[in-house]
Amino acid sequence: MDVIKTQGVTKVYNPDKIPVYALNGVDINIEQGEFTAIVGPSGSGKTTLLNIIGGLDRPSDGEVFVGGQDISQLSDNQLIDFRKEYIGFVFQAYNLIPVLTAKENVEFVMLLQKRSKEERDQRVKELMDSVGLSDKLDSRPAQLSGGQQQRVAVARALAPKPTFILADEPTANLDSKSTENLLDIMARLNKEENMTFVFSTHDQRVIDRARRVVTLVDGKISHDERRD
Amino acid sequence: MLTKLAWRNIWRNKRRTWITIASILFAVLFGSFMESLQEGAWGNMISNVVNYYMGYGQIHQKGYWEEQVIDKAFALPADKIDAIESIDEIGGVVPRLESFGLVSATNITRGALVVGVDPEAEQSMTQLADRVSEGSYLVDDEQAVLVAEGLADILKLGVQDTLVIISQGYHGVNAAGKYLIKGLVNFGSPELNKQMVYLPLKTAQDFYGADGLLTSIALKIDDQDDIDSGLAAIGEVLDTTAYEIMKWDALLPDLVQARSLDSAGNYIVYFILYSIIAFGIFGTILMMTKEREYEFGVLIGIGMRRVALSSVVWMEIILLGMLGALLGIVASTPLVWYFNQNPLRFSGNYANTLEKFGFEPIFPAAFDLSIFVVQAAIVFVITAILAIYPWLKIRRLEPVKAMRD
Ligand SMILES: Nc1ncnc2c1ncn2[C@@H]1O[C@H](COP(=O)(O)OP(=O)(O)OP(=O)(O)O)[C@@H](O)[C@H]1O
Ligand SMILES: [Mg+2]
Repeated sequence: MDVIKTQGVTKVYNPDKIPVYALNGVDINIEQGEFTAIVGPSGSGKTTLLNIIGGLDRPSDGEVFVGGQDISQLSDNQLIDFRKEYIGFVFQAYNLIPVLTAKENVEFVMLLQKRSKEERDQRVKELMDSVGLSDKLDSRPAQLSGGQQQRVAVARALAPKPTFILADEPTANLDSKSTENLLDIMARLNKEENMTFVFSTHDQRVIDRARRVVTLVDGKISHDERRD
Repeated sequence: MLTKLAWRNIWRNKRRTWITIASILFAVLFGSFMESLQEGAWGNMISNVVNYYMGYGQIHQKGYWEEQVIDKAFALPADKIDAIESIDEIGGVVPRLESFGLVSATNITRGALVVGVDPEAEQSMTQLADRVSEGSYLVDDEQAVLVAEGLADILKLGVQDTLVIISQGYHGVNAAGKYLIKGLVNFGSPELNKQMVYLPLKTAQDFYGADGLLTSIALKIDDQDDIDSGLAAIGEVLDTTAYEIMKWDALLPDLVQARSLDSAGNYIVYFILYSIIAFGIFGTILMMTKEREYEFGVLIGIGMRRVALSSVVWMEIILLGMLGALLGIVASTPLVWYFNQNPLRFSGNYANTLEKFGFEPIFPAAFDLSIFVVQAAIVFVITAILAIYPWLKIRRLEPVKAMRD
C-alpha cells in the first residue's frame, strides 16, 4: 500500500511574469516502511516536493494522495489537522519552540490532539529514551546542541504516531558525528517500528544510508534507485 | 497550555517587555494624574461657586427660573419643609425671597438684589456672617439690612446709616421701606459687591407684601455624591408639576459649559498621549510578529490551528496590556492620594483673584477610583485593538514562505 502517491505534480512560481517550474510533472509512489532520500542539485525542487507531499504547499497541477486521500481537496483547517494527525515534520533548523523545554516540545502536538497526560508522559519518556536524551527532558532548545535539537525534533515528529516523517535536509547544520547519530536513530526507528522516512539531503554519507534514492533534476525525477 | 506558552513568550525578551509595560504604566499614570487634577480643580471650583450662593440644588415654583419675578413666589407648608429637611442627603434648607429693587441715599440711587434670608440657615450654607466686615450680622425679624461694601461706597453710606429701598412687591403692590444699615459685607466678586442687600426673611416678606412666601429654597448638600439621590427624594415629597427642583448644573449652565470646553482641550492632550503610547506598543507588536514569523510557520506546519496560535499571541499582548494597566493603577493611587491630601497651592495673580472671591487658592486632586479605572481601560482597549495586527498576520501566514525567511 502506498502511503504517498503523486501524479503529474507541477509547481510553477511567478506564473504571470517569468515562470519558474520548481516541479515539472513528478510521479512518485512511496510505500509503508521506506527510507527514502530525495537528492539533487540546489534548486532542483527537493524542498518544494517535500512541502507539497506534506500538505504545507499546494501543487499548481497534479494530484497528491496521502494514505489514499487526495489532500488537494482539503480546506486550510482540514489540512492543518491532517498534518497534525498523519505527518511528522523535521525541518532543517529551528524546529523547536524556544520557550518550551524538550519534553514540552515533544508533547506539544499530542496536547493539540488532546491526548491524556498519562499517554503523553509515557510517549515522551519512550521517545526521549529512543533518541538518547532522557537526561535532557527539562532543557530549553538553547541549552541543547544542534544535533540534540534535531533529535528532539525527530522525537516530536514521531510523538503523534504519524503515517510518515518528512525531513528536509535534517543534517544540513550538523557535524559528522551528530549526523551519524541522528541517522542511526532514524534508521533504527525505520527498522524497528517500520516508520516511513522521506528526507532530502546533499550529504553523501546520508545518501549512502538511504534504501531508496530519488534524484531530482530541474523539477523532474531523473533517477529512482532502490537498494533493497 | 496555551496560557503557559503565552506567559513564557512574554518573558522571552524581558527588556522589551518591561519597556512596553513601563510605557503603558506611564500612560495610565499620566492620564490618571491629569484627569484627577482636572476633576479636582473643577470639583473645587464648583463647590466654591455653589457654596457661595447657589447651593447644589434649588426649589422654586415651576417656571421661576425662566422668569425670575416676585410674582412667582410660593408658600411651602411647614410639614413639607420638615419632610425635606429630614431627607438624609439634605443637610439643610435655605429659604430666600429675592427680587430687584432700587436703593438710595439722599440723592444717589442704584439697582440692587434685595434678598430676604433666614440668618441662621444662610450662615450654615454660605457663611454670610463671616463676610461681615463692619458692624454685625442680622438677627431674625429685625428691621435692619446688610449692604455689600461696594454698594455702600457708591451710596456713600456706612453702618448705622439709613437705606431707602423701593421695589415692586407681590402682585403689583408698592414696596418701600427705610432700614438701618446694621453691617457691611464683603464679596470678592465685584459683581456681587455692587448689588447685594440682605434683610431678615420676615422683614423682606413684609417689605414685598409677600407674607409667608419664598422665591427659592437653596439646598445644602454636603457630599456631592448625594446630590442626585437627594434631589430625587425631594421629588417624592413635592408635587413636581407645581415646583421645579433644579440641580446646580441647570442653575449654572455657563460653568458647565466652561468645564466641558476645558475637557475638550484635554481630550486633545489625551489623544496625543495615547497616540504616542499606541505607536510604541504597535512597534513592539510589529517587531515581535516579524521575529517570530519562522516560528509561526513551524507551529502551523506541525498542526497548530491558526485560531489557536492567534489566541496565544493575542493573550500575550492582552497580558502585557493588563500588567501595564494594573501597575499604572497601582502607581497612580499613591501619587493622586498625595495630591489629594496635599493640594497644589496657587501663588501670584490667580491666587489673589481667587482669594478676593473668598476662595482658598488650592487645587486638590480628585481621588476617584473610577478615574484610574477609566484610564487603565482606555489603554487596555488600545492594546487590545493593536493586538488585531498579529491576528491578521497569522491568518494570512503561509508556513512555507515564513520558513524560507
Ligand atoms: N516562493 C518561491 N518563489 C519563487 N521561486 C521559488 C520559490 N520557492 C522556490 N522557488 C524556486 O523553485 C526552485 C526549487 O526550489 P527548491 O527550494 O524546491 O529547491 P531545493 O532542491 O530544495 O534546493 P536546495 O537544495 O537549495 O534546498 C528554485 O529554482 C527556487 O528558486
Ligand atoms: Mg531545499
